[in-house]
Amino acid sequence: MSPKTLYDKIWDAHVVDTQDDGTCLLYIDRHLVHEVTSPQAFEGLRMTGRKVRAPEKTIAVPDHNVPTTLDREKGIENEESRIQVEALDKNARDFGINYYPVSDIRQGIVHIVGPEQGWTLPGMTVVCGDSHTATHGAFGALAHGIGTSEVEHVLATQTLIQKKSKNMKVEITGKLRPGVTAKDITLSVIGATGTAGGTGYVIEYCGEAIRDLSMEGRMTVCNMAIEGGARAGLIAPDEKTFEYVKGRPHAPKGAQWEAALTWWKTLKTDEGAHFDKVVTLKGEDIAPVVTWGTSPEDVLPITGAVPSPEDFKGGKVEAAARSIEYMGLTPGQKLTDIKIDTVFIGSCTNGRIEDLRAAAEILKGKKIAAGIRAMVVPGSGLVRAQAEEEGLAQIFIDAGFEWRLAGCSMCLAMNPDQLSPGERCAATSNRNFEGRQGRGGRTHLMSPAMAAAAAVTGHLTDVRDFMLTHA
Amino acid sequence: MDKFTTLTGIAAPMPLVNIDTDMIIPKQFLKTIKRSGLGKNLFDEMRYNADGSEIESFVLNQPAYRDAQILVAGDNFGCGSSREHAPWALLDFGIRCVISTSFADIFFNNCFKNGILPIVLPQDAVDVLMGDARKGANARMTVDLEVQTVTSSDGQSFGFEVDAFRKHCLLNGLDDIGLTLEKAAAIDAFESSAAQARPWV
Ligand code: SF4
Repeated sequence: MSPKTLYDKIWDAHVVDTQDDGTCLLYIDRHLVHEVTSPQAFEGLRMTGRKVRAPEKTIAVPDHNVPTTLDREKGIENEESRIQVEALDKNARDFGINYYPVSDIRQGIVHIVGPEQGWTLPGMTVVCGDSHTATHGAFGALAHGIGTSEVEHVLATQTLIQKKSKNMKVEITGKLRPGVTAKDITLSVIGATGTAGGTGYVIEYCGEAIRDLSMEGRMTVCNMAIEGGARAGLIAPDEKTFEYVKGRPHAPKGAQWEAALTWWKTLKTDEGAHFDKVVTLKGEDIAPVVTWGTSPEDVLPITGAVPSPEDFKGGKVEAAARSIEYMGLTPGQKLTDIKIDTVFIGSCTNGRIEDLRAAAEILKGKKIAAGIRAMVVPGSGLVRAQAEEEGLAQIFIDAGFEWRLAGCSMCLAMNPDQLSPGERCAATSNRNFEGRQGRGGRTHLMSPAMAAAAAVTGHLTDVRDFMLTHA
Repeated sequence: MDKFTTLTGIAAPMPLVNIDTDMIIPKQFLKTIKRSGLGKNLFDEMRYNADGSEIESFVLNQPAYRDAQILVAGDNFGCGSSREHAPWALLDFGIRCVISTSFADIFFNNCFKNGILPIVLPQDAVDVLMGDARKGANARMTVDLEVQTVTSSDGQSFGFEVDAFRKHCLLNGLDDIGLTLEKAAAIDAFESSAAQARPWV
């Protein structure tokens, strides 16, 4: 048998049917659902009298629209948001799918809840009407976002019509330097390949620096595979993965666990398997980075300066000029001179316990700069509870952060957590698009530690210098 | 889904690269539980001032392009989120075809599910069509899916690739779910063998 990649193996294990032109019907093991991209799909089922084929493999949680303020049991003020969440409540009930309502402590961002509850397991196919489904690839699961028509298709058939993508390997060799995190890896990869560099591919991340990451860090890396244009990101499961999964509510137990483990251990790319594209970065070369523009590829080491449009070629010249103007920056300006108004720590990229620990480590015994608005939004109710238990919540509160309830919050600002026009935010989320965090809002993406350091100084800050001067 | 066979219409030029789904339809319009009615908010933040008045310079606000049915766009069109609201908004506005050098994967998929044809062409062909689109309302392009060509207003023709299965579905306006349900026996068979092989799933 010819050697296979990890992607090939998972793919082959899920093909239900293949047509002459290579179009396949792929079986879906887990279908995650949230309130924004599902109402039209459930409506479609009702109109055609169809049922959810595998409700036990379907998991729903409201996250995008939910308020994250402490008084949220009062309900959702915005009528449209409320209707959307209520529609999910009803759809979950009517179709009998697994559900974590707003009132449940397990509620949170869908991509944090899935792994936390053990729904996401190695070797699975996982889809969700959400592009950051790539997150689950950290477990060696083939996971990607789908549109609402496809959500309806999966609900009705538990399959997806797919053509296989090409294989791409992203290898991060060696060790990371102090102050450099999973977020810096994933942003640096996008900086190197561009936001379309992964289009048509499924990426497998590998190499020592990836293996050294915790599961949380691996989720951060895979989360942003989509920002590089890839359909999905994958990391081969290993002992860390099994350790993380073991004992989770929906993970296999007893004899099933042993059987699963036997299969999971085969889930790695064979020696000599073919990759259509290979990108290699040296771990030592990766610096803490921030974005300066309005595309995740607009990324630079924090020691850099705002570029000028002439530094680019083709259509990117106009795009860069537009970005710089939108962001209110001047070419040549040092990145560390950029003053911020707001700090947002959270999202499915960096809303897990390890992210909160990293930010709290920087904030311990310190205060945020005068005039800064800062908030931490844990990725799930359970992350929040754990952070409270570990004393992290108190560190945030003492530093002057707002300590919120779980949800997507200011990552995309569908709830009241929004930037006003011109407001500048250091954010741990994944998209710096125009208007993403609120109309006219300006987003700089970075790691939780970098965002925490910026909160203290009031401007973009090199966390390495910060650690030296604030030790 | 409406069939897509041939289309002759006005093409609007949008040369900006990386036009993302937040630009196509900002999140405040994702709160709907319907598919229709999003056309008025297509490209909302590029198209309207904060007070709701139109930004004159924006291409779809110009008289020549108000009835555009085709977009000629810069690289990597539709990057960002999985929101199908993006193709729904395009369709509701009247756009049935987008031409670019490249598209983001999920957006590309979503177009086919809604009777929109995304066409990938090499840079030089896109440059020619972009130039043609800039001529305004008198320059009508023709897209013929059956023979897989785009023809500019002055008769220059470019062939494009399209997946056989997707083409078949578009030409006939077929519903994917209906097609897949015809394979229910294969899905049943897969499920029972998977239940043996991976009972923990
Ligand atoms: S946290 Fe942000 S990126 Fe993640 S699912 Fe929510 S809105 Fe999407």
